[in-house]
Amino acid sequence: MQALYAQLLVGLINGSFYALLSLGLAVIFGMLNIINFAHGALYMMGAFVAYFLLNLGGISYWWALLLAPIIVGIFGMILERTMLKFLAGLDHLYGLLLTFGIALIVQGVFQNYFGSSGLPYSIPDQLKGGVNLGFMFLPIYRAWVVIFSLVVCIATWFLIEKTRLGAYLRAATENPTLVRAFGVNVPRMITLTYGLGVGLAALAGVLSAPINQVRPLMGADLIIVVFAVVVIGGMGSIMGSIITGFALGVIEGLTKYFYPEASNTVVFVLMVLVLLVKPTGLTGRAA
Amino acid sequence: MPETAMADAPAKAATGGNVLQVRNLEAWYGESHILHGINFDVNAGEVVTLLGRNGAGKTTTLKSIMGIIGKRAGSIKFNNQDIIRTTSDKIARMGIAFCPEERGIFSSLDVRENLLLPPVVRPGGLPLEQIFDLFPNLKERLNSQGTKLSGGEQQMLAIARILRTGASFLMLDEPTEGLAPVIIQQIGHTIARLKKEGFTILLVEQNFRFASTVADRYYVVEHGKIIDGFSNAELAANMDKLHTYLGV
Repeated sequence: MQALYAQLLVGLINGSFYALLSLGLAVIFGMLNIINFAHGALYMMGAFVAYFLLNLGGISYWWALLLAPIIVGIFGMILERTMLKFLAGLDHLYGLLLTFGIALIVQGVFQNYFGSSGLPYSIPDQLKGGVNLGFMFLPIYRAWVVIFSLVVCIATWFLIEKTRLGAYLRAATENPTLVRAFGVNVPRMITLTYGLGVGLAALAGVLSAPINQVRPLMGADLIIVVFAVVVIGGMGSIMGSIITGFALGVIEGLTKYFYPEASNTVVFVLMVLVLLVKPTGLTGRAA
Repeated sequence: MPETAMADAPAKAATGGNVLQVRNLEAWYGESHILHGINFDVNAGEVVTLLGRNGAGKTTTLKSIMGIIGKRAGSIKFNNQDIIRTTSDKIARMGIAFCPEERGIFSSLDVRENLLLPPVVRPGGLPLEQIFDLFPNLKERLNSQGTKLSGGEQQMLAIARILRTGASFLMLDEPTEGLAPVIIQQIGHTIARLKKEGFTILLVEQNFRFASTVADRYYVVEHGKIIDGFSNAELAANMDKLHTYLGV
């Protein structure tokens, strides 16, 4: 039974990363209509920025949680201003190819300097150790990742669905020309939205660093699963991304317990089934 | 309709001075040259109507003034400032508000969010109470999805949301299109009331019977040019010409 709980916890942790990353992808797709294949590379950059901050600047994990998303978010905004904005109105394929190219370049540069092996990033002192719950041992850092990710996801959902700024974002997703004609600086809002999506990926990278180590290909390994999550949840759906992210993490964890051979493919099998039954995803809307 | 005073309505020029001056305006959709040198003026506090057949260039004229068309040339002066190279968000912040033909109600927003969406660009916009006084239906539907409203209610919402912003120059593109006569009458009352309060309104209409109830002056647009213009007092004398222009 303990193994089942352990796998559930692993599933929840993976689900946290899936949720944060697919949420960022959903935000970016909703606003920019771009399938951001560079997301995995930006997640990796988040982890590396945390690593650099600690090892070069002596800046702690807690500050990295704030600074890495800002730094990588600014990098993302530069990408948007210098490249992605020129793809507005074009077919999704162009954005996908461009961001795929960006991902390969970023990963290639990091691989060139840091190789493929993982760099250690230790768990902050305050989150070391664990709690014996009786039925399982709960590492504090892992519980922190799940709870913090959930809080960030809900805060992002609230921002987009329940605030004035979110209303601008949703309206601009439907008709950016009219929103701009109301006096809203839509190009600046698009840049900031891309920065927000990228910042979420970088935040996931920082959270992941103590668990998965810091590796140039850490994002490449994850992004394919995250895309499957996004397809299942529905491209552009905020709540759909969050729920599907956590749910698929748990399903993956349960599969590891009940039928380990299928654990790496269960998400993709679900994706195929969803595509056959509801091509727009479980909570998505038609393009 | 209740006649409460719009005490906080923007201080729109009581002077009657020139607010908008359009000279040699040309506009393109991609390779298609739509406007071929439009010239007209709008004075403060006036309701000016652009009349013309479908495809004449009326909507394109409004979109060009608002800066939401791909390419434009010529001169558009708003309060003596040339806005031909100004982006649409800055034009809106100068005090021009646009109500598009398709109404532009956002389906992902409820009525309240749609109503509050356009930012206040300058002080003096109508407070919500006065907007609900003009359009009581909206108050009852605040939590409905914007696109679940009837056509008439959507039109009211599209007009109502720009009254909040403090813009003093309103551009309404075919506000009566597809609406029942009783709703058209209500829109007419609203425009008359806004005019009385000093708003300057540039209206695009195909329904000149409706336009004649609210307009001070008319311009006729054909093939991307202004081909005629007259005041409301001259309307009767120009009726035959107008029938020919509009093909009615």
